[in-house]
Amino acid sequence: MTLMTRQGVEPLRIAPEAIEEAAKLLYIRALKILPDDIKAGFSTLVATETDGTAQSILATMVENIGVAERTENLLCQDTGIPIFNVEIGRNVELDGWALKQAIRRGTERATREHPLRSSVVHPITRQNEHTSCGTHVPVINIDFVEEERVLRLAMIPKGSGSENGSFLQMLIPADGLAGVKRFVIDAAMKAGGKVCPPTIMGIGIGGTSDLCMHLAKVAATRPLGSRCADEQGAALEVSLADAVNSLGIGPQGLGGDSTAFAVHVEVAATHITMNPVAVNIQCHSARRASATFTPDGVSIGF
Amino acid sequence: MAHHTLHMPCTEADIRKLRIGDHVTLQDTLFGIRDATQIHMFDHGRRTRFDLRGHAVIHTAPNVRKVDKRATNDSGYEAVCIGTTTSDRMERFTRPLMEREGVRIIIGKGGLRESSQQAFADLGGVYLAIIGGTAALETTWIEAIEDVDLDDLNPESLWRFRIRDFGPLLVAMDSHGGSLFAEVQQKVQDRRAAALARLGVT
Repeated sequence: MTLMTRQGVEPLRIAPEAIEEAAKLLYIRALKILPDDIKAGFSTLVATETDGTAQSILATMVENIGVAERTENLLCQDTGIPIFNVEIGRNVELDGWALKQAIRRGTERATREHPLRSSVVHPITRQNEHTSCGTHVPVINIDFVEEERVLRLAMIPKGSGSENGSFLQMLIPADGLAGVKRFVIDAAMKAGGKVCPPTIMGIGIGGTSDLCMHLAKVAATRPLGSRCADEQGAALEVSLADAVNSLGIGPQGLGGDSTAFAVHVEVAATHITMNPVAVNIQCHSARRASATFTPDGVSIGF
Repeated sequence: MAHHTLHMPCTEADIRKLRIGDHVTLQDTLFGIRDATQIHMFDHGRRTRFDLRGHAVIHTAPNVRKVDKRATNDSGYEAVCIGTTTSDRMERFTRPLMEREGVRIIIGKGGLRESSQQAFADLGGVYLAIIGGTAALETTWIEAIEDVDLDDLNPESLWRFRIRDFGPLLVAMDSHGGSLFAEVQQKVQDRRAAALARLGVT
């Protein structure tokens, strides 16, 4: 059997044990340390918020980030639904099945060994196995990227308060872009304070129904400061954020300018008869952690 | 905008003094309750051995560590991280919680709706808003997990916490028909057309 690896270049090989350790570490780290871009997002809101109550709420949120780091405690009690995004570069050799099992074992170990609240139950019996795992959970998304000899494992504990603020509508072409904009504004209003604002509103436009919602999740969990690769989508991000923040929902739904850190948009081509739009929301505890494996070793970041 | 310190349990008179915009700091005792707890209590007819009359409940399911039972943690649990969940899902339990169990204070995030507002007015109750997603801070206000009931529902058991200086919390819904959430929602509704106009949508 011939391995399809580049001649003369040793492929990156990653043992399942390394993935398991990383998965465990990332779940716990994500729950405790907020990414730098989100901290910077708070600084921006504090500098611009004009409402007094909103200012005091933002101050408490910023204080909490410090308390979590000093006491090495979780930022939020919601350990969420564990999501792992795996990006596999070229010239990487691994056993895909073993990788999935390793992520699951790492998640279970984080839950038992820290310990963490298992927030995951069977959808019909509501039985909690106290492992943060169940059928199709952790959610594992696998993609392939062009980069040489790199594997990136990104972890997102997705909180339920914001995940319950998910909306999908299969609009039709006659609804136009106006229908999409109206849907986003109404979704922000329906979500109100329930989704723990200030939020990152993720908007999926196009694709199929499931792809559209997936795009919304990708958008909601993207770092602050990143922009949609599509020019039209990027322009919408700016105008939608302006409109959403003009509503006055504010932090925790108690009024103010700081409803959303940002609105992020992701797009996919769609059918001539379709115009789907989806909203997925990330709360202010916009937690992420990642591990990057290269021939030089593993580096941990956001 | 007064600040009140309330030792738990409290009386109806204590609650009637509170107005939206006031702040409250709680002392002594707090109960943790959540979706499954209340589904089992009110839909499945289960009863708790705890006396909740005059007490405060917080919408939570904590992260805990099992420990040997000892003086400070009679429950056999130690707090890891205790925070607050979205209240809106538990809207329909407010009145039975007050009528059957005698609860006077609900602490949560995101607010409750009209039927809770009516129950607070009829029975003398109040909703105190805590800031969601600030659990690390909140955990420092909790001294111990004193007891636990309905623990087969773990982590959605009925928890009894010993607290010190729990707050300040914002009175967001009072017993006189006031609701900060309703006020904000009305303002937001009034701004919808202008927000759409900014997007070129009429």
